[in-house]
Amino acid sequence: MKITNIDELKKISNDIRINIVKTVYNAKSGHPGGSLSCADILTVLYFNQMNINPQDPKADGRDRFVLSKGHCSPALYSTLAKRGYFDESELLTFRKLDSKLQGHPDMNKVPGVDMTTGSLGQGLSVANGMALASKMNSMGYRVYCLLGDGEIEEGQVWEAAMTASKYKLDNLCVIVDNNNLQIDGDIKSVKGLNRIEEKFESFGFKVIPVDGNNIEQLMDSFDVAKMTKGMPTAIIAKTVKGKGVSFMENAAEWHGKAPNEEQVKMALEELEKSI
Amino acid sequence: MNLDKKIATRQSYGEALKELGKENENIVVLDADLSTATKTEIFAKEFPNRFFDIGISEQDMISTAAGFATCKKIPYASTFAVFAAGRAYDQIRNSVCYPNLNVKICATHAGVTVGEDGATHQMLEDIAMMRTLPNLQVFSPSDDVETKFIIKEISKITSPCYVRLSRLATPVIYDESENFELGKAKQIGDGEDATIFATGVCVAEALKAKETLAERGIFIRVVDIHTIKPIDKETIIRCAKETKRIITVEDHSITGGLGSSVCEVLADEYPCKVTRLGINDSFGKSGNAVELMKYFKIDADAIVELF
Repeated sequence: MKITNIDELKKISNDIRINIVKTVYNAKSGHPGGSLSCADILTVLYFNQMNINPQDPKADGRDRFVLSKGHCSPALYSTLAKRGYFDESELLTFRKLDSKLQGHPDMNKVPGVDMTTGSLGQGLSVANGMALASKMNSMGYRVYCLLGDGEIEEGQVWEAAMTASKYKLDNLCVIVDNNNLQIDGDIKSVKGLNRIEEKFESFGFKVIPVDGNNIEQLMDSFDVAKMTKGMPTAIIAKTVKGKGVSFMENAAEWHGKAPNEEQVKMALEELEKSI
Repeated sequence: MNLDKKIATRQSYGEALKELGKENENIVVLDADLSTATKTEIFAKEFPNRFFDIGISEQDMISTAAGFATCKKIPYASTFAVFAAGRAYDQIRNSVCYPNLNVKICATHAGVTVGEDGATHQMLEDIAMMRTLPNLQVFSPSDDVETKFIIKEISKITSPCYVRLSRLATPVIYDESENFELGKAKQIGDGEDATIFATGVCVAEALKAKETLAERGIFIRVVDIHTIKPIDKETIIRCAKETKRIITVEDHSITGGLGSSVCEVLADEYPCKVTRLGINDSFGKSGNAVELMKYFKIDADAIVELF
């Protein structure tokens, strides 16, 4: 299944956003802000780009996705459910005792989750290992790794960036969800983090800056990444934290809290209207 | 028992890797710029396409190994114990043990027997940290033959493993034909005056002490605990019942190491007094490895002095 119709993809990403809000509301905890910012990225990957089969989630030759910013599990779970890896009703068990949908993704519990994540900064290294294995066996599969912009404050990310570049991992595509906010505020004020494009460029990546909430631009950039040879690609996706729910947009306070009954009603009304 | 021939277990590791590489093409080896010291260079020379020098970035190395493991490779990742278990602890915990990935962490230069490099490089807490991690199996071989067995045998199980290896050349204890089993301690001798539970470089010291004590009419048995986790409870309890004294000796902190492991088993099943030899709540220091074993009282003389 590869969906190329932009309106159809937009509808899917909006459905995913609705499920993110419902999932976090129902769990009374979770991370809506960063989940909403990356919903379009996940939509394009899982419905337009990746070579995957929900009926065979462990297939050797499948493309891999590592959600390095594992706290945005509501986005991944909602995407996987929408794509048919498991029933959407399971989203209601998120963060509850004995649910397969743990607070952070567990590859041994959830079909379609390629790597267990949660402790920030480790996913790109894992993606490198997958990409190296793909090249060793001439499997040809691609590996996608989604990083948060706050997450790249972790030093290991840059260790991994050097490794990806050293081994010329052109089957690796990094996406930075650049929504400019982390728990304690703006990434520039918390850690002085800036010039993300130049950083990745100097580490030997092909860098593609895009509007990360624009489906068409994302599709084009993933296509460019696929054609890039001899180096890994980093798509720097400019996004809006909390995208789609006005009162959550660009507000750090919505990084990691659930909406109350009144707020969820407002959020869902807004999202349902925008379809 | 002739203890004159000496080989460091890191050397045995490198040689075992090369053999393993011939037998199993899924073996890949990662290092963090220490391949000449960890001896992974022996594998690297034979199989350059399956060797990955990740550079001075141990955290990256461990998580990269995890990525390989998700794609059915069997990664052996090596660096000094202080950097593997210490610096990359969170990666071992969250990217290897929690997802239960088939990564073999082979950490060399454990303990004060690192010698001259001193405290920053002498890992005395790795057994303690590693054995608390669910899913992880922990090994601490004592000689060349046992190391080669463990390195090959762990490739046949899918659990994450931590293997603690040494820099110091220590006596070859076992014959090539010796039979080992993961998780099953090796009892050497059957004296009833005491049991010395030893691991790693201290096993040979315990054997030297055994000979000296025998001359004085004191007969002890030495139990080589090469598998720290899962620990061989049966042998520990049996020896406690059969012998008058229980002593543990390790090139590691007495907090959380072999001594603690033995005490936990005995506290649960057969409470008795245990004397623990090891590093007692201190860091190491620079010096010759043999002198350091004497200084920290983890050598044969220290065991003999207890009688």
